[in-house]
Amino acid sequence: MALSTEDIKKIAHLSRIEVDDNEAAATLTKLSGILGLIEQMQAVDTTGIAPMSHSQDISQRLRNDVVTKTNEREAFQAIAPHLGNGSTEPAVANGLYLVPKVIE
Amino acid sequence: MINSSLKQLGEMLQAKKISSVELTQSFLSRIQQYNPDINAYIALDEAKTLTQAKAADALIASGDTTPLTGIPIAQKDIFCAKGWKTTCGSKMLANFIAPYDAHVITQFDAAGAVNLGKTNMDEFAMGSSNETSYFGGVKNPWDFKRVPGGSSGGSAAAVAARLCAAATGTDTGGSIRQPASLCGFTGLKPTYGVVSRYGMIAFASSLDQAGPMAKSAEDCALMMNVMAGFDERDSTSLQREKEDYTRDLHKPLQGLKIGLPKEFFAEGLDANVGKVIEGAIAEYKKLGAEIVDISLPNTGLSIPVYYVLAPAEASSNLSRYDGVRYGHRAESYTDLMDMYCKSRAEGFGAEVKRRILIGTYVLSAGYYDAYYLKAQQIRRLIAQDFVEAFKQCDVIMGPAAPSTAFKAGEKVDDPVAMYLQDIYTISTNLAGLPGMSVPAGFSTGSDGKVLPVGLQIIGNYFDEARMLNVAHQYQQVTDWHAQIPNLGKPNLVLPEELK
Repeated sequence: MALSTEDIKKIAHLSRIEVDDNEAAATLTKLSGILGLIEQMQAVDTTGIAPMSHSQDISQRLRNDVVTKTNEREAFQAIAPHLGNGSTEPAVANGLYLVPKVIE
Repeated sequence: MINSSLKQLGEMLQAKKISSVELTQSFLSRIQQYNPDINAYIALDEAKTLTQAKAADALIASGDTTPLTGIPIAQKDIFCAKGWKTTCGSKMLANFIAPYDAHVITQFDAAGAVNLGKTNMDEFAMGSSNETSYFGGVKNPWDFKRVPGGSSGGSAAAVAARLCAAATGTDTGGSIRQPASLCGFTGLKPTYGVVSRYGMIAFASSLDQAGPMAKSAEDCALMMNVMAGFDERDSTSLQREKEDYTRDLHKPLQGLKIGLPKEFFAEGLDANVGKVIEGAIAEYKKLGAEIVDISLPNTGLSIPVYYVLAPAEASSNLSRYDGVRYGHRAESYTDLMDMYCKSRAEGFGAEVKRRILIGTYVLSAGYYDAYYLKAQQIRRLIAQDFVEAFKQCDVIMGPAAPSTAFKAGEKVDDPVAMYLQDIYTISTNLAGLPGMSVPAGFSTGSDGKVLPVGLQIIGNYFDEARMLNVAHQYQQVTDWHAQIPNLGKPNLVLPEELK
């Protein structure tokens, strides 16, 4: 499966990582090598083999539906990033996180 | 004293021959002397560390102790420790101060152990040389031109250079065992689900597992007694009875069946490393073990399978770093999408980005069956290889890494060559089995450097106590694990009572 720099840019966008043209070209070379490695899987006949996601065949535990956590909003918001765009204020206000406006 | 075992240190502390504060200070002095060269620690907080040491001394005075009370332990910077900078080796978390403790940290605190500092690591544990760390590479104490292995490279160098009494690590594809092999100490990756992942920054959740990195199998057993155990906050933590991992240390090995997989001794293994491993096997024969030739036919597929599953899980896990609630946010951006894309482009290093891109690609619409599902199917084939093998033997042995420590920069531009470092370790992660690396000798490289070699021991599910027994018995008749690197500076002059 050959990738193009356009594919890299599309995957990067899906990953929410900005890449410029130079980076996309360099990434393409390295990713193609890794995908070449991955392609070795295609030679294996896996018909009828159940996929394995966990080494132990355990089922998901359930717990009682009771409150177990206390509100730690202040502690969590104390480590919020800076607002950016020239402001070193923490990106929080009234207990909420601040992000650029998404609805006009 | 820096070479004393955890058991000896514990006895000295409880007999009040030394205090935890004195012991801790002697390690802090060594760190001050050697860390500027080695770069094993990312974060040190002397005040916090000494406060814990004082509290440990108070516990000892009152007689309320555990075997690790007062002992200084280095923590891989992947574990959240409340009030400590916890970076996971990334610019993304360079200013992140953890607001809570990982389960592993809570367990060590409860045992009265002292947190000596946070150790360097490959960014988000993605690497086999510690060179992807935002905070710079770590030097291998046996040769400063070489890498310590990764991703737990800081913990590895700290144990090897005796800059801690013992350390923690995590192992997703070999990140405890490969550095243990390259730096010459004992490291154990437990069965998946034995140590809680709560508060351990996630890379590939179906593979990540924490374990001890220490000077001997006995030390690892004491560490496991603290680290292992059920925790309801990790949905994959296994509900099992608490174990004493030291219980089988002294059992004889007469009749032990050791399986040697032919795939672990095939092309790709450095010939000198192979000789060291053969020497270790010969020693086990003297201890009464029987050798069984076995095959793990799908070993070669473990790397392709891993590089689908691990990046896929990583791309999902690392989507939480969006610059909104914590971590790095770009200095300037136009709108929300631009903020996400710039924050992540700036915050992640090249290898982490590559793995996120691979993961996104293999999970994208139309490719899921060909990659992720296929990899999960082959994962089962790899696990079944081990099921068959363990019908014929008690433990499996082989090299932990294909070569001794390589030079810094040597593989940094060739991800695929770097990935092949983990050829002997990855399959145990995929199967969820426990594995360890034990010092087995030294190999002289072409430049005359003498470098450590690790013997890998793979056990069946929940067989850690037996593996520790197998390693401990070997360490009773060999002294490879007691060798220490010459760090090129005179050791500190210790006060008389600390000698």
